[in-house]
Amino acid sequence: MIAIIDYGMGNLRSVSKALEYLGAPYRFCAQGKDLACAEKVILPGVGAFGDAMKELKIRGFIEPLRELVKKKTKLAGICLGLQLFFEKSEEAPGVQGLGLFKGKVQAFRSKNVKVPHMGWNDLRIRKKHPLLEGIVTGDYFYFVHSYYAKPASAAFNLAMCKYGRETFPAVVGNDHMFAAQFHPEKSQDAGLRILKNFIGW
Amino acid sequence: MFARRIIPCLDVCEGRVVKGVKFVSLKDAGDPVSCAQAYDAQKADELIFLDITASHENRRTMIAVAEKVAATVFIPFTVGGGINTLQDIRDLLKTGCDKVSINTGAIRDPNFILEASKRFGSQCIVVAIDAKREAKNRWGVYTHGGRHPAGLDAVQWAKRAEQLGAGEILLTSMDCDGTEDGYDLELTRRISESVRIPVIASGGAGNLNHLYEAFTAGKADACLAASIFHFGEFTIPETKAFLRSKGIPVRT
Repeated sequence: MIAIIDYGMGNLRSVSKALEYLGAPYRFCAQGKDLACAEKVILPGVGAFGDAMKELKIRGFIEPLRELVKKKTKLAGICLGLQLFFEKSEEAPGVQGLGLFKGKVQAFRSKNVKVPHMGWNDLRIRKKHPLLEGIVTGDYFYFVHSYYAKPASAAFNLAMCKYGRETFPAVVGNDHMFAAQFHPEKSQDAGLRILKNFIGW
Repeated sequence: MFARRIIPCLDVCEGRVVKGVKFVSLKDAGDPVSCAQAYDAQKADELIFLDITASHENRRTMIAVAEKVAATVFIPFTVGGGINTLQDIRDLLKTGCDKVSINTGAIRDPNFILEASKRFGSQCIVVAIDAKREAKNRWGVYTHGGRHPAGLDAVQWAKRAEQLGAGEILLTSMDCDGTEDGYDLELTRRISESVRIPVIASGGAGNLNHLYEAFTAGKADACLAASIFHFGEFTIPETKAFLRSKGIPVRT
């Protein structure tokens, strides 16, 4: 069973609809204690970094999430979910992120591009990962975000994306964590492939 | 490379597509879900459904349509038309719809944009502006299909909408809409250069060069079109091949 973390923000239906389409059982978890028996966890997200961390705390998700990560339960973050994996964000100075990866989240600096980065952009694959099976450099994914991750080390960067003059990690991950800045659930076949890979991970 | 977006728009009345879509392959051209699937197969980048249903009771029908679209089509889609309350937005987002387009509701109460973007995030709040030229380099905002002036300057209103938290502007030229003579490039460029959020050009597309002009001279981030796609005049792949040959980055 895949647990989708529901912290009261944003639209969880597109993620769940994609899982339904792929035939994978899931349930929404609105409290940290509900996570205990999850085999896999998705941390989706739209909205703001500060509000999201506040809600995750209020709903008791922080400790259970750390436990899951310690046990190497498979965890996937989407969009804001990826940003929450890091230590802090310019969007919410003083707010601590989950800190699963070292590094920060920053705003787009370029003056010559529209923000949010909204629309389809392609990836440059840097590293193999089970969730990127079947995905190649040049494949397009749907992005909507105004901030992006700046990891302390490039070791966990799996795929990069370029917007304006800035290149940022579109996918980060290791052997039990995976996070995408884009929305796989809105990225047609390529996105569904990633979700399918996650279901089988 | 970051792609310019091509967005077909479907007018839906009481759950049926009006101003018919004439795909050869389509068994039921009036079914919004079939139309959405057909455009998805053609690799449209997004879809917009404009609910022109007059009565409030029939709004449920649009929600049911959005539910069905979200179950089978995995590209972003927006629903617009008659959205006036946070509850209207919530009902739509709960279906799996990605964005809502607000027009009159935002003009009536600009704070609605602020409340909606705070509650649901800017990324899902599209502010639709129907603009009509009133003088040289001056466009007014209109409601009710261009019949009622709202007493707002289109450029100022776009800036205000951005400040209040809109994530995107859907800009329709009432002068060009339906003419098939091309988008209002001056209006589109003026608004696109005045805000930092993306602008979708709408109204007037009659051939593929019009889209090219909207992206270049008009500085549009996305182009919406209805009839040129619906009547099978051009497919999305043809459109993208044309734009790519002219140097516009598109998703293939």
